[in-house]
Amino acid sequence: MAELKPLVQLDRVRKEFGAVVALEEVTLDVYPGEIVALVGDNGAGKSTLVKLIAGVHQPTSGQIVLDGEPVRLSSPSESQRHGIEVVYQDLALANSQPVYMNMFLGRELVRGPLRQLDRPRMAQETRQLLDELDIRIDSPRQTIRDLSGGQRQGVAIGRAVHWAQRLVLMDEPTAALGVQETKRVEEIILRMRDRGRAIVIVSHSLDQVFRISDRICVLRRGRQVGIRATPEVDADEIVSMITGLR
Amino acid sequence: MAETAAPPAHPDERLVRVGPLARLLTRPDIGAFVGALGVYLAFGYFARGVDWLGDPGIAANWTDQAAQYGIVAVPVALLMIGGEFDLSAGVMIGSSGLLLGYLTTHADMNIWPAILLVLLFGLAIGFINGYTVVRTKLPSFIVTLATFFVLQGVNAAGTLKLTGQTAIQNIDSASGFDSARRFFASDVTTYGFKVKVIWWIGITIVGAWLLAKSRFGNWIYSAGGEPNSARNVGVPVARTKITLFMMTSGIAALMGIIEALELRSMQSKEGIGLEFIFIICAVVGGCLLTGGFGSVIGTFFGAAMLGMVQLGIVDAQWDSNWTYTFQGAILFAAVLLNTAIRARMRRAR
Repeated sequence: MAELKPLVQLDRVRKEFGAVVALEEVTLDVYPGEIVALVGDNGAGKSTLVKLIAGVHQPTSGQIVLDGEPVRLSSPSESQRHGIEVVYQDLALANSQPVYMNMFLGRELVRGPLRQLDRPRMAQETRQLLDELDIRIDSPRQTIRDLSGGQRQGVAIGRAVHWAQRLVLMDEPTAALGVQETKRVEEIILRMRDRGRAIVIVSHSLDQVFRISDRICVLRRGRQVGIRATPEVDADEIVSMITGLR
Repeated sequence: MAETAAPPAHPDERLVRVGPLARLLTRPDIGAFVGALGVYLAFGYFARGVDWLGDPGIAANWTDQAAQYGIVAVPVALLMIGGEFDLSAGVMIGSSGLLLGYLTTHADMNIWPAILLVLLFGLAIGFINGYTVVRTKLPSFIVTLATFFVLQGVNAAGTLKLTGQTAIQNIDSASGFDSARRFFASDVTTYGFKVKVIWWIGITIVGAWLLAKSRFGNWIYSAGGEPNSARNVGVPVARTKITLFMMTSGIAALMGIIEALELRSMQSKEGIGLEFIFIICAVVGGCLLTGGFGSVIGTFFGAAMLGMVQLGIVDAQWDSNWTYTFQGAILFAAVLLNTAIRARMRRAR
């Protein structure tokens, strides 16, 4: 395992909003084929960290390093160009558009000299991807509004898997789901890891964190409290790290 | 794999069956078409003094008026689907026509380079509108209202200072005028159909194609309907909106050029009030005030409807002051219909 190079490195990343320090000095390496769980109480800075990697915000100081090169992720599309995809808490789906269009929104396939939308091909590739990931949706032409919560989550994750060459960030991917649907989404996440992607997942559910993650990074009030290999800690230790109580 | 994911044999009983007729009526362009057809037939009855339904000369008159509305209504509709308004689209017609008049009569330019400059001016104003809206995040209603009033003052004061009158005359004295007029503002046939009508149809076709078939059209829908989601997945929302504002002002400038060439002079108050007519056309065409939904083809029929009302009231020998009342009634009916259709669509799901 020693020859594996980290896909994404955060080097003393800090973020201030005016006088408020949302995140101070987080350092984290994420390797291919691993799931890192980001845990912490509300306001610990998890979402800020996700948004820094997603290109929504830029760090006040410190740097994000990809393949050994420091990069400036100035916008979501810049992050996407580097192979980083995000599954947002609100899923970022266009509810009135069909499933296939959501898969390709902003990166639509076109054909012909007039560069018109290639709807049949987008629908077909979507069908393929949904089948591969075993996401059960009747037709890629269904509108998002007509889907269940779990199916929508499946679309958002499917989109991330399809485009992410490097890293998938997930902000509370199962918070709104029932038991069955959560199980299915977790299976998809594990399949994604097996494809060699790096995954960073924000979760409030410690059960889930212990079920699927390889390492756990704990934040408290904007500070990085520690990183633990999941098999080597128990829930009590993580809870005390999150709350700061012994 | 494909077999396991195949749809279940019996469809979900929670889904309500929607008949083909109901489905057809929920399309915004069909509604506008039916409305325009209704107005056409109604004036066939009310304007019996003339051959309203059969005389091509009469059709030439109302299509001329409809083109006047419909050309700029196309980008206004796209802009509304993209979630924004442009209240300066009307006054831009005056500003552009006056600028063309100034460049040709006072700066002695040939008409063709002057036309090019006016179009660039239109695009620049559109860029300012769009950039201001995107950067300040102020409602475009306010930003373009400001542009509207600024330009209105410039038009009136500038014209007066330049000519001592409220209009710029003698634009036909410019070199190249005749060739430009043939291209933008001549009659096409013996019945007096204007070349403007071809511009109207052409711009509608391009607009409808963009909206339905291009990536840009897809971005317009998502920028208007779900801007945050669109931005998060990498749709260039800001660039899309700025482009839409530039298209609107640019085509309003084209309309100003057409009018200046047609009338050979330009009044300083030209175009004011039309901004609302464009919005009415777009709403009749099914555009929602909230963005994310609408139709260019529907807007075409909206413009046709308003053109027919304008001329039909004259041909029916009614007091033309009633035109405004009709326009208001049409707007109200269209909004009610749109709302009902949307509610029906939601229920149908």
